Amino acid sequence: MQVTSPVRDPLITGGKTYKDVTNDIARHVEGKPTKGWLLGLAVSLAALLLGTLALAATLWEGIGMWGLNKTVGWAWDITNFVWWVGIGHAGTLISAVLLLFRQKWRTSINRAAEAMTIFAVICAAVFPLIHMGRPWIGAIWALPLPNTYGSLWVNFNSPLLWDVFAISTYFSVSLVFWYIGLIPDFATIRDRATGIRNTIYGALSFGWDGSAKTWMRYESVSLILAGLATPLVLSVHTIVSFDFATSVIPGWHTTIFPPYFVAGAIFSGFAMVLTLMIVTRKVFKLEDYITMGHIELMNIVIIITGSIVGIAYITEFFIAWYSGVAAEQYAFVNRMFGPYWWAYWSMMTCNVISPQLFWFKKIRTSIVATFILSLVVNIGMWFERFVIIVTSLHRDYLPSSWVMFYPTITDVGVYLFTFGFFFTAFLLFAKFFPVINMAEIKAVLKSSSEKITK
Amino acid sequence: MERDKNFILGIFDDEDILKDAVKEIRGAGIKIHDVFSPYPVHGLDEELGYKRSRLPIAAFLFGLLGTTLALVMQYYMMRFDWPMIIGGKDYAAFPDFIPVTFELTVLVAAFGMVGVFMISSNLKPWGQPRIFDLRSTDDKHVMAIDIANNGSIEMDTIKGALKNSGATEINSKSFE
Repeated sequence: MQVTSPVRDPLITGGKTYKDVTNDIARHVEGKPTKGWLLGLAVSLAALLLGTLALAATLWEGIGMWGLNKTVGWAWDITNFVWWVGIGHAGTLISAVLLLFRQKWRTSINRAAEAMTIFAVICAAVFPLIHMGRPWIGAIWALPLPNTYGSLWVNFNSPLLWDVFAISTYFSVSLVFWYIGLIPDFATIRDRATGIRNTIYGALSFGWDGSAKTWMRYESVSLILAGLATPLVLSVHTIVSFDFATSVIPGWHTTIFPPYFVAGAIFSGFAMVLTLMIVTRKVFKLEDYITMGHIELMNIVIIITGSIVGIAYITEFFIAWYSGVAAEQYAFVNRMFGPYWWAYWSMMTCNVISPQLFWFKKIRTSIVATFILSLVVNIGMWFERFVIIVTSLHRDYLPSSWVMFYPTITDVGVYLFTFGFFFTAFLLFAKFFPVINMAEIKAVLKSSSEKITK
Repeated sequence: MERDKNFILGIFDDEDILKDAVKEIRGAGIKIHDVFSPYPVHGLDEELGYKRSRLPIAAFLFGLLGTTLALVMQYYMMRFDWPMIIGGKDYAAFPDFIPVTFELTVLVAAFGMVGVFMISSNLKPWGQPRIFDLRSTDDKHVMAIDIANNGSIEMDTIKGALKNSGATEINSKSFE
């Protein structure tokens, strides 16, 4: 029997019973779509369609459609890739790391956060795939498959290849983790439904019956998957940072990158979870499940990771100066005061200064402030990647080849495509899948609901 | 295998009453067929006398398999099949093989364990579970007692034991 301290705020408010939990969450799956949802879907689909034009242009004409030039060979594509992968870090962190730490508040948000993770990782994967130019034969370049050149294998010394393994493992393990959690909830919906819905959710629920032995194994599987996913989450962004850190470009060649990227990823991921959950709880009237307490805890994670990111920026600068390497020092001064000063200072303002506002309890418990700051953090994190990538490249070793990078309409369009996909997928998920893990909420209900605590 | 057909069901509202009930009923010598719950009840498996799941062992062995496969693959390709000097490093640059080895360990362990879980719990998209009570995925715990399996015990004794241990409803269920 678990004991909850009486000073701790209840995780689920409103004196909910088990039956209420099922009704409140299954209602959205069973009811007709609301006007707001249809409007959201229409906007997302429009973005997806517009973006598809840009994607088609890229595939048809080649990546010459982008604003890349011979000095800046990596720009928006990899910026967007790292940005989306970073966002995709919150879901598995919430469901795996917080499970290991026995943080029961994760039960209200883990389902939606994991869905967000999966969609964000798909968005991220779009960029390296299309950057290959001919992605339809990309499998031979990216995977260790036998081929007619000898076989000439892929290069296992390259961080770009490690990335292929890291991202695909992360995606598939997160997907499995998410789906295992969904099975009992699909069974709940199946048992409430008749006709075609019963058949569909029956198939999705894999014939789940909730017997004690299955639950025992389920718990065991969840725990081990959490144990496997925890180092996996940390490894993914570490390996993404290796793409830069193992190169010899001044501004990229830093040992601080792995922890700094991981902290940044969690920072941006939590911001995106907040953006989505604040809207979802309002639209679906889930304020009793995703309470102010949840929002405040996520804001605290943002303060911590935001501060780590801030310290990392400063450390990077100090080490650039301390190294005594002129090229390194120039790269950093150029970031701050060069032609991309506006990107650098946007990053500093959004990522270092704005999360510090959460030290004020009034701000971290305000829905409006949290929502605005969550958007600001993600804008800042996009600039961080842009600053690291473009400002380190645009003034290289020969001043005669110094250039600026200008994105084309196709660059913007491909980015729009990922937004369209992300929000379309999330809206479909929110309508047809239970957005909150009903079974796990019920499991913590007795020890953490308002009724019992009082 | 012939499946059992006739069951007495005890419906419970509370997880702690359920756990005590399982102890009492098993103590009275009545065999419980199964308990169905809408959420995992901690400690219920021990009361029912289930042995600890061996899935962690399966996960470990699959992980070991993943590590081995990853290292063998990379050594074979980079050291033996087509050796190349990359960045002035050794053909078999062991530290460079670690990231892929780690990822494949996690991948094989996770998929292997989940596969074993699916098979051992008989979870498959076309699975048709025997549903004793629809509320067992909503808000009630359902204890099923097989009549044939408790041959010598009177029906009324079982029902009485369920009632005394806190069941809010006692039903019977038969399958074709």
